[in-house]
Amino acid sequence: MTAVRGVLAKPWLWSFVGALVVWLAAITFTRGYGAGGMITAALSLAVFMVVVGIGQMFVITLGPGNVDLSLPANIGLASAVAMKTMAGSDSMVAVGLVAALASGAAIGIANYLLIWALRIPPIIATLSASFIIQSVDISYGRGLQIKPPPGFADFTNLQFFGVPLLAILTALFAIAAGIALHRTIYGRSVVAIGQNARAAWLAGIKVGRVRFITYVLSGTLGGLNGALLAGYFRGANVDIGNEYLLASIAVVVIGGTSVAGGKANVPGIWGASLFLVLLLTMLNTFGVSAGVRLVVTGLVIIGVIVAAGGQTAER
Amino acid sequence: MSAATEAGRRPAIFASMTLPRAVRAALPALSLSLILIAIAYLNPRAMSYFGFHLMLNLAIPIALATLAQMFILTVNELDLSIGTFVGFVGCVTATWLRDAPLLGVAALLGCIGVYALLGALIYLRNLPSIVVTLGMSFVWQGLAILLLPKPGGKAPEWLLGLTGLKPPFVPFPIVAAIVIAVVVHIGLMRTSYGAILRGAGGNPNAIARAGWSLLKTKIAMFTLAGIFGVLSGLALIGITTSADANIGNGYTLLSIAGVILGGGEFVGGRVSPIGAVMGALTLALAASPLLTFMHIPPDWQVGANGAILIIVLAARALISRREG
Repeated sequence: MTAVRGVLAKPWLWSFVGALVVWLAAITFTRGYGAGGMITAALSLAVFMVVVGIGQMFVITLGPGNVDLSLPANIGLASAVAMKTMAGSDSMVAVGLVAALASGAAIGIANYLLIWALRIPPIIATLSASFIIQSVDISYGRGLQIKPPPGFADFTNLQFFGVPLLAILTALFAIAAGIALHRTIYGRSVVAIGQNARAAWLAGIKVGRVRFITYVLSGTLGGLNGALLAGYFRGANVDIGNEYLLASIAVVVIGGTSVAGGKANVPGIWGASLFLVLLLTMLNTFGVSAGVRLVVTGLVIIGVIVAAGGQTAER
Repeated sequence: MSAATEAGRRPAIFASMTLPRAVRAALPALSLSLILIAIAYLNPRAMSYFGFHLMLNLAIPIALATLAQMFILTVNELDLSIGTFVGFVGCVTATWLRDAPLLGVAALLGCIGVYALLGALIYLRNLPSIVVTLGMSFVWQGLAILLLPKPGGKAPEWLLGLTGLKPPFVPFPIVAAIVIAVVVHIGLMRTSYGAILRGAGGNPNAIARAGWSLLKTKIAMFTLAGIFGVLSGLALIGITTSADANIGNGYTLLSIAGVILGGGEFVGGRVSPIGAVMGALTLALAASPLLTFMHIPPDWQVGANGAILIIVLAARALISRREG
């Protein structure tokens, strides 16, 4: 019984198992054709989910009600900022990246200001902020058709033996995030606040400062994601971040992070991202329609959470 | 999170019925009147029978979806699928309900049944509702696309007749809003089982120890949400006359904002049906009529919406800070 519970207590393991199963199903269907290419493509796309997923994970771990709904608008704006600053010239890539990061960080700061100064629940604060950001983006990025600098576009598409460079960097970043979560005062504080904000406050944790850092971190990662997406898909777009609202929450939860906060898991985010991307790849190789694809994705998300079991109420 | 810590920091018992608390309860009405005054000032001609009919028509489905969300929030859950659910109901209404009424009615009843099952599943397996409804939002959207791949379909005649009603003196949307708000208010705030349902959000342990089934309260609230989601979809198609698989997508966020604007809380069973309906009307009016009259360029309309939301919430924060 304890052994069973031990396995069930690591729901993130299931996400990797799921990713493997889905990949095997897809290559069985194609009779082994394109097995490697599928992994390369999955890694390339999973990177973007992991980047925002890690930011969202820290936010969600802060406790119930904490979620960053401004990520899609943030990503859209950052993609436009990055492309405009880089202006198609390789020499401006670093400046453009910094600008995108700054745009994301500014959004994170604004989010936290709304939450802190107006005492708005984070879910509504980030939602209202996202409306405003969206307008800024529409107005700022109107008719924007700047291609990314060739060097930057190549960089985001670079591969070594079928492994995208971005995936390697993101894996390193995930390891760093894992260390930050489990081994630093900041990470421990995030988890402590998620478990019991009042106890954390009484224990002398600077709750406000930790929450501030977390929202800025999430915003900054959204900004980074915007720049990378614009490089990978060769151009900025207002809607470029839309799918990352639900995806960022889904990968965090499927990856074994508790929605109630106080329990986070970094490797699970990679597993869940690969799982979701490969699931879509599999459904595409089966040639099903968009409607069926959505229904299956939804049922799989529900199936995963039912199989992984809910948390016993932590009070 | 903030609501929990705030409740812990400030003893709520001392703030029983002070003046700021009364002001706070009146805030949804206040923000709605402010928007109306702004519209009246910018365009006096809009303040007519026909003007209200046009401006508030689309507020009815939003109000119904907001109430659906409110039922879920009452028991401390969140429904991220209500928007796509309304969209799917819309697609069923514009196709099956017109061409094969029996199948259509069965499908809509089935939808409500799915909501009841979700409530049971979430309670029994202790699942996070955010994730379950996130999954359901994909399912409803997928089903809607399968049913209606291209925008189209047509509302049944009886439904068009209903939403096209022109009662004397008071425009139909206002009558509908008042009826809906009063019915839900009486049901949830004035009946004994309504108190149990709210208690299941406020103090589940106490309700369970008093011998009430928490499973039943969860199922009841999700079923109610399903019913109001279906009503919202019906009303929406009655007004727009045809459907589109994406027609309800914006409703998820609108409904959450409407409940909060109406004085509801995310946890603790503190909700207000009348406030929620007013919140929905405020959002619907702020969304387009006000902005059109203010000559705000289309680029900035979404942003202005966000700004209005922030201003109202800021006012509320200011008042509730004094409450403690």
